[in-house]
Amino acid sequence: MSNAQNEWPLWEVFVRSKQGLEHKHCGSLHAVDAQQALQMARDVYTRRQEGVSIWVVPSAQITASLPQDKGEFFDPAGDKIYRHPTFYDIPEEVGHM
Amino acid sequence: MAATTAPAGYLLHLADNALILGQRNAEWCAHGPVLEEDIAMANISLDLIGQARLLYQHAAAVQGNGATEDGLAYFRDAAAFRNFTLLELPHHGPLAGTAASDRDYATAIVRNFLYSAFVLRQWDALQSCGDAQLAAIAARSLKEVRYHLRHSRDWLVRLGDGTDESHARAQAALDHLLPYTAEFWTVSTDEADAIADGTGVDPRLLQAGWDSAVDDALAEATLRRPAGPGFLPRGKHGLHSEHLSYVLGEMQGLARQHPGATW
Repeated sequence: MSNAQNEWPLWEVFVRSKQGLEHKHCGSLHAVDAQQALQMARDVYTRRQEGVSIWVVPSAQITASLPQDKGEFFDPAGDKIYRHPTFYDIPEEVGHM
Repeated sequence: MAATTAPAGYLLHLADNALILGQRNAEWCAHGPVLEEDIAMANISLDLIGQARLLYQHAAAVQGNGATEDGLAYFRDAAAFRNFTLLELPHHGPLAGTAASDRDYATAIVRNFLYSAFVLRQWDALQSCGDAQLAAIAARSLKEVRYHLRHSRDWLVRLGDGTDESHARAQAALDHLLPYTAEFWTVSTDEADAIADGTGVDPRLLQAGWDSAVDDALAEATLRRPAGPGFLPRGKHGLHSEHLSYVLGEMQGLARQHPGATW
């Protein structure tokens, strides 16, 4: 009987772990507003010490690529091995790049 | 010189408060209004049970004579418990039933709010008490309770300043539960002992801060504070409502049927 208009909007949750430099997507949840989404994300996604920082983003604000575009979006990169910088000799002194 | 420790009765009062509210809140596990709240309430419940464990361990050490945390939690009867009556009440109004479906989330939220606003101040003051172990437990518990207060206050405002239905339920829960907080401000003999030796905090010193925090939240939630004063509950003296025995029956049944069981 739930009316879609009455349902709480969906939020995407991103968590940065202690060692991590960037926030990583870890799931989604329903909440009334951003503040509540943040608190719920704390309870749902960081209860085992997973994070030190949380972002929440309204799912509706994310524009995603479409599965049917997969061919034209991603396949052309498949045979362009020269785009990987594996043909250079790196001098030892440079160390880790 | 032996380290100063709080009176065992005072530690039991603090521990029983945490355990009984933790047990009550655990009733929402798998029955929460939404998944996220279900997990939030389970987290809060586990925080409280964790606080109770630390306090029972400390109380058992103070008591000696072979006392253990499990013995204190599972093998005392209702009259030996020293928790506030507020914390043992079911999650519904005074005349509702006992089925899981009768549970009212507004009652759970209002109770958590009223208690968290109190115990936050109690833990804060106990951080500098004369019992070093208790002070350490207080410092740890304070962080947890800050979140419990944030969670319950947030929902109090959302329910109070929400729909007609949520407002009515929040107001009914407040009318039902607020009178029970009168017990916060009386001093039991255990508390008097702890205050006298510098290991406890006088709750009367916390009342003004609690009052203004509650009034502030109620104003934001558009809720009306019921007129007082009413009756004076005496749970922390061991004089409980009929509800505590049911809580203990469920909580202690397993441990009593299988004493010493491990898994």
